[in-house]
This record gives sequence, structure tokens and C-alpha cells, in this order.
Amino acid sequence: MAWAVFVILSVLCIGSVLAMIVSRNQAHNALFLVLAFSCLGGLFGLLDAPFAAAAQVLVYAGAIMVLFLFAIMMFNLREPAPREKRRLRTLLAAILGLVLFAELAVAGWRAVAPGSASPAAPDGLAGLGRLLFTEYLYAFEITSLLILAALVGALALAGKKEGA
Amino acid sequence: MIPPAAFLLVAAVLFSLGVLAFFVKKDLLTQFMAVEVMLNAANLALLAMAKASGLAAGQVIVLFVITVAAAEAVIGLAIIVLIFRQRRTIRTDELKDLRG
Repeated sequence: MAWAVFVILSVLCIGSVLAMIVSRNQAHNALFLVLAFSCLGGLFGLLDAPFAAAAQVLVYAGAIMVLFLFAIMMFNLREPAPREKRRLRTLLAAILGLVLFAELAVAGWRAVAPGSASPAAPDGLAGLGRLLFTEYLYAFEITSLLILAALVGALALAGKKEGA
Repeated sequence: MIPPAAFLLVAAVLFSLGVLAFFVKKDLLTQFMAVEVMLNAANLALLAMAKASGLAAGQVIVLFVITVAAAEAVIGLAIIVLIFRQRRTIRTDELKDLRG
């Protein structure tokens, strides 16, 4: 059962990223990405990380992609991007991607293979919250500062009136 | 029980596809989306490792990554909007002033 869910979610996720590469319409790209991130949220759930799964769907598939869609509508690009002509560039990118994939696969295999004995499961949401507010308290507080800085920065950069 | 290696494999595929999309695509917005795909692949790998090692710290780091990604998306989109206002295009093959 878990395998079936895993395979369906992974295939959907990878397939929609592939569709994003093939499609030339930005709005479609963003919607494919929403699908990919939602599937990824499901995969997070399979990994016993319900909070990360919820954050993934809320923040990524929700907030960030809505931001992207707003930006796309602001640009209001009527015509889709013209066909990519440079075959060489695509070929080089494909080679780079394949090499990178092989490297990552080998690294991941080595990282997981030796310690295949599965230790105790993480102690759920309560443990996560405790960890977040004790050991990682400084990082947590600094994150709030970071978000404030990003908010102010975005306003300072793009908040001005057109032509001002 | 799904082994963590399977999740790591999916994460590797996603990351490579993100890199591929970043180099194949030529508009800033889609390239930016490719960066988000890479961030998510890293998150998946982190969670798989967290499951494999039994440490909840991996999940905490994933939360931080998601927050930083949100901040990064806001700033990045603001910069893209600025570029569009000044140049009326976000095609990277028309934005090559810095090419030597």
C-alpha cells in the first residue's frame, strides 16, 4: 500500500517537473509546479513528517506559488516563449543533469546503505516542537528576523510606483 | 516499509531535473521555479535522512529551509519585477549586458 502511494506520488511529481521543462507557458509551468509540490508534500507525509508535509502544502504549493502566479500576471506576457533553438545548449544541460544525477545517486546510496538498521522513530510533533524551541531557538528567532528583512526588502525593491 | 534509498533516488532525480530546467529554460521566472524544485529535492533528501537516522533535527532543518525559501522567493520575484520594469523583458538571452 505504502509502495503504491510512493510510486504514484513520485511519478506524478517527477512527471510534472518534466512537463514544466517541456511546456513553454509560464502559467502552466507554475501550475505544474503546484502539482509537483503537493505530491512532494505527500512524500513528506510518507516519511513520518506530518508537520513538514503541512508546511510544504501551505507555504510552497500555497503561498509561494500564488506569489509566482501574481508575478506572471503582472508581467502579462501574451505570447508563449519562442522555441528554444540551441540544441547544443540543451544537450550540454542534459549531460550535466545526467552526471549530477549519477553522482547524487552514488552519494545517497553510500550514505544510506551501511546503516540500514532502522533506529527508533522520531518522537512525533511534540518532540519536534520541543527541539524547535530549545536547541534551535536562536535559529528560529533569527528566521523571524529574516522574514521581516525579506518583507521590507521586497517593499523597498518593488514597492515603488511605476516610473517613480 | 519503503527504504530511505528510494526517497533519496527521487530526490536525486528531482534535483537533476531542476538543474536541467535551469539551464534549458530562458525566462527568469521559470528558471526561478527550477531553483525552487532544487530546494524541494534537498528537503526530500533531508527528510529521508532524518527518517533513516531517527533524528528529528532533520525535520527542524526542513522547516528552516522552507522559511528561507519563502524569503528567497519574495526577494527574487521583487528583483525580477524590477528587471521587467526597466528592460520590459525577462528573457535571459536579451539580458546579456554583463557578458564580456
